[in-house]
Amino acid sequence: MNIRKLLLPLLLLLALPIHAEEACQPRGTGDLGIIIERETGSLQVVNTTQRKSLARLEGLGDLSHASAVFSRDARHAYIFGRDGGLTKVDVLCGKLVKRIMQGGNSIGGAISQDGSLIAVSNYEPGGVKIFSAEDLSLVADIPATPIAEGKNSKTVGLVDAPGQRFVFSLYDTGEIWLADLRQPDKPAIQKFTDIGVQPYDALITPDGRYYIAGLFGEDGLALLDLWHTDNKPQRILDHYGKGEEALPVYKMPHLEGWAVAGGRAFLPAVGHHEVLVADARDWQQQAKIKVHGQPVFVMARPDGRQLWVNFAFPDNDAIQVIDAETLQIIKTLKPGKGALHMEFTPRGEHVWVSVRDEDKVLVYDTETLEPLTELPVKKPSGIFFTSRAHQTGL
Amino acid sequence: MKSLLTVTTVLLCMALPAKAETGAVADIPLSRQAEIRYLLKQDCGSCHGMQLTGGLGPALTAERLKPLPESLLTATILKGRAGTPMPPWETFLSEVEATWLAQQLRAGTALQEETP
Repeated sequence: MNIRKLLLPLLLLLALPIHAEEACQPRGTGDLGIIIERETGSLQVVNTTQRKSLARLEGLGDLSHASAVFSRDARHAYIFGRDGGLTKVDVLCGKLVKRIMQGGNSIGGAISQDGSLIAVSNYEPGGVKIFSAEDLSLVADIPATPIAEGKNSKTVGLVDAPGQRFVFSLYDTGEIWLADLRQPDKPAIQKFTDIGVQPYDALITPDGRYYIAGLFGEDGLALLDLWHTDNKPQRILDHYGKGEEALPVYKMPHLEGWAVAGGRAFLPAVGHHEVLVADARDWQQQAKIKVHGQPVFVMARPDGRQLWVNFAFPDNDAIQVIDAETLQIIKTLKPGKGALHMEFTPRGEHVWVSVRDEDKVLVYDTETLEPLTELPVKKPSGIFFTSRAHQTGL
Repeated sequence: MKSLLTVTTVLLCMALPAKAETGAVADIPLSRQAEIRYLLKQDCGSCHGMQLTGGLGPALTAERLKPLPESLLTATILKGRAGTPMPPWETFLSEVEATWLAQQLRAGTALQEETP
């Protein structure tokens, strides 16, 4: 333990001092990405072709639960920090462009269809704020439904949708709001109420049609069809935990990594050691896959042939790979304690895995399922590659 | 399913250092205190924020917790809070350890590393 404590800073020193000038080359950014170092408020810019770190940036505040979106030219990343910080980073040149404190406590964000607006979802003050992607100036403020004196519902599951819209859910009041930003300073809001108890996160299908909010307070999910917004959200996978006792949840699942493969959708069950399988056309439950622990991320390899699943505390030392066709577990990997996040390379030949407690990121070959490269990263959490720039909802 | 759970529990007990079942708060060794601080920061932190300033769960700052009785905090840590996502931690923390953590939180010293 002591030796590890001594070795780590040395390893970091050896591996990291790469100057920003070296990163800022005339080149494309399609094989670049960022890795969040949650505890030190820093991030690394990485190259997924060379599988190496290009630069390290500091001073991004509290990055626990941080996430990022990319500009449509895939040059800039917008990072949403827990402390309400919104930071614009130049990925090409490995430098910080601008940083503002936009709220007291935020949970994530999205970039608009045309790339001009950044939306940030806040717990405090509860609501969504809209900023210019160019200079991070405030464009609009959308406070959520009040729940007490000076307090508004927390907002979660914020995504972009076609038609220059943003969609998000209200945790405390069980609502989904659809915000139309075609007139950026005058958001037109459509509200859907009584969608279910405690929506905790949401996703949008890659085609931008369905918005699905996971519910913590009950077994089921709420589905909004964005092609037919005159209809109320419908309940899907209702009572999926029927007859089973729910386990304590030590980490909320994430729905961001939409996993649809072979006409089926794969979703984490809350409070159960299960991945739920639904028909992606009629949303009827098809199966449940028993897994190692409570799933946090269920992510499909870009070709849809495999699903990679990580787990909540105390089972977060493992990752399971599932065959999307047979629904069988192919392999249980043990990358180390605190396997928090996974990100596939754009066409899926590799997956990068954060291993928080071992201060490293492992790159696996998704065919052999063997690790190829290990990078020293301090308490890594989210990994975000620039291929997200062109995907709705990411 | 049950047997799988049992196996998982057994494996867990092997992987995690045993929680201290008896003794006083003062008897919790520094190494165990460090483990609890790590758990607080990393795992409680995913809902309460790594700086404990809140997230999906409320802030755990001394300012907010001081007015609340220590016993209530200890019970919340051990048993969770029904109707909210706060789970019971009694599988991982003993009553003495939860009491120690409640004291640290109320004093605002929970995140401070103590050097041996």
